[in-house]
Amino acid sequence: MSKVHVYKRDHINTDEIIPARYLNTDDETELAKHCLEDLDVDFVNKVEAGDIIVAGEDFGCGSSREHAIWAIRGAGVQTVIAKTFARIFYRNAINNGFYVIESPEAIEKINNGDELEIDYKTGLIKNETAGIDIKFAPLPDFALEIIKAGGLLNKLVKNNH
Amino acid sequence: MGMTITEKILSRAAGKDKVTPGEIINAKLDVVMCHDVSTPPAISMLVEKGIDKVFDREKIIVTPDHFQPAKDIKSAELHKRLDEWTRRHKIKHYYKLGRVGVCHALLPEQGHIRPGEVIIGGDSHTCTYGAFAAFGTGVGSTDLAAAVATGELWFKVPASMKFILNGSLGSGVYSKDVILAIIARIGVDGALYRAMEFVGPVLASMSMEARMTITNMAIEAGAKNGIMGFDKVTKQYLDEHLKDKKDYTVYESDEDAEYVSVEVFDCSAIEPMVALPHLPSNGVPISECAGKEMDQAYIGSCTNGRIEDLRIAAEILKGKKVTIRTLVVPATPAIWKQAKDEGLFDAFYDAGCVIAAPTCGACLGGFMGVLAEGEKCISTTNRNFVGRMGHPKSEVYLASPATAAASAIQGKLADPRNYLE
Repeated sequence: MSKVHVYKRDHINTDEIIPARYLNTDDETELAKHCLEDLDVDFVNKVEAGDIIVAGEDFGCGSSREHAIWAIRGAGVQTVIAKTFARIFYRNAINNGFYVIESPEAIEKINNGDELEIDYKTGLIKNETAGIDIKFAPLPDFALEIIKAGGLLNKLVKNNH
Repeated sequence: MGMTITEKILSRAAGKDKVTPGEIINAKLDVVMCHDVSTPPAISMLVEKGIDKVFDREKIIVTPDHFQPAKDIKSAELHKRLDEWTRRHKIKHYYKLGRVGVCHALLPEQGHIRPGEVIIGGDSHTCTYGAFAAFGTGVGSTDLAAAVATGELWFKVPASMKFILNGSLGSGVYSKDVILAIIARIGVDGALYRAMEFVGPVLASMSMEARMTITNMAIEAGAKNGIMGFDKVTKQYLDEHLKDKKDYTVYESDEDAEYVSVEVFDCSAIEPMVALPHLPSNGVPISECAGKEMDQAYIGSCTNGRIEDLRIAAEILKGKKVTIRTLVVPATPAIWKQAKDEGLFDAFYDAGCVIAAPTCGACLGGFMGVLAEGEKCISTTNRNFVGRMGHPKSEVYLASPATAAASAIQGKLADPRNYLE
């Protein structure tokens, strides 16, 4: 069972997810300490391993910094559910083997603190708190292959051997 | 059905006769751009996976521009990792301190960008290169690692949106105002996953420098790439800048190519624009925001740090004094030298500006002009997100070099047309 942090906002950008003042390192543990700092300074104190972020449209817009994925993953977040994702963030997530979920309705049907169970294979979010099921389209096959391999580079290594 | 210029370039790179939007392709890369934030992690990944190799030491361009000269110990370590890697693999084009320039100004200037090619970079503003009828897009570190090692990358072919730029620009109105007006209309995700193709008579009258300001900000509308056709202005720039490899292929969109939308802009009606905090899409005409007090002006970046931008700013600042902190950051060493030789530095010095060495620096809140709590900055850069240039409670206002220069004199948002003949 995973707890949810809902941010009812569109365009949560990479500067809010991991401010550039921390880009002088690529250490995931270090980055995680500042995850979402300019959006919600208290997030790092609230988040627990396996938690889920829910947001509006265009999540992760702005910079191509993969540090945004590493900060979120490093903070223990299991997945991000958003109405839509910015292109480079979405790509970075797949390349890191980090499954993110596009759902236009999740933000309307999930509240802060709700507990969720996610079936990534069939594309189903069970909101146990509200007793609601939310369907989503699972990632396309080419993306699943990358995620299954544990990221783009692992897939590359596997294919070469 | 015909193809767009973006589809033609991608089909060539994928070794196919035709590609269609939505199709996943594997494309061969012509140029890979590396800088000091996204590349060191990519190198570490390759070493860790046991694939520490480069696909072509001549096609990888390295410029550690973000925190150069090193702003602290950690960034010095990033530079050190980059330095060791370039030596290990004998990277041919490594621009070291003294020749380091802001990547998207440096690569075209040093002759690394050619029409018809596919260029990726570990930086979101890699879309800048589309001004040269090329496909340029930004990626993260994992993609960059795969690109460096294999020279190939997967892409989803984007659908194209056409932007027809009609009319002509009035005095005091520049390409920055045009792109801010476009993003104000369509929003920061108005072109999400799309190619933004710019056409129309306004472009014909613009220099390559001015055009790059437009394609640079395609990402601020969420686009995968921004692109423009090839003309005599493109050719002249390339004739002056290409060095090693001077041949290239020019692609153009077919008459019957398919677009998901067509937006028409009457550019004659565009006023100097200012994008208010905290989104690039918050653009309003200067007449609606003039008078707002500022604490700093910043003239530089991959958006507006080129020689033409500095000339525009110097013209307004000449013989005047700035009343707020004003930073002028030429985007490359060659631009720095040219500005000095043309006497622009005299205008900046006499006006009371500081002239910095080329760096991305404060554009992303790194160093060299970071904002304190509550401070406001008029900036020629490309993003004004919360905390972008410093404290999360500081504010960034995006505008052209002319509007930034006029505002620097008045200490508040000001109409540059009041300073032009």
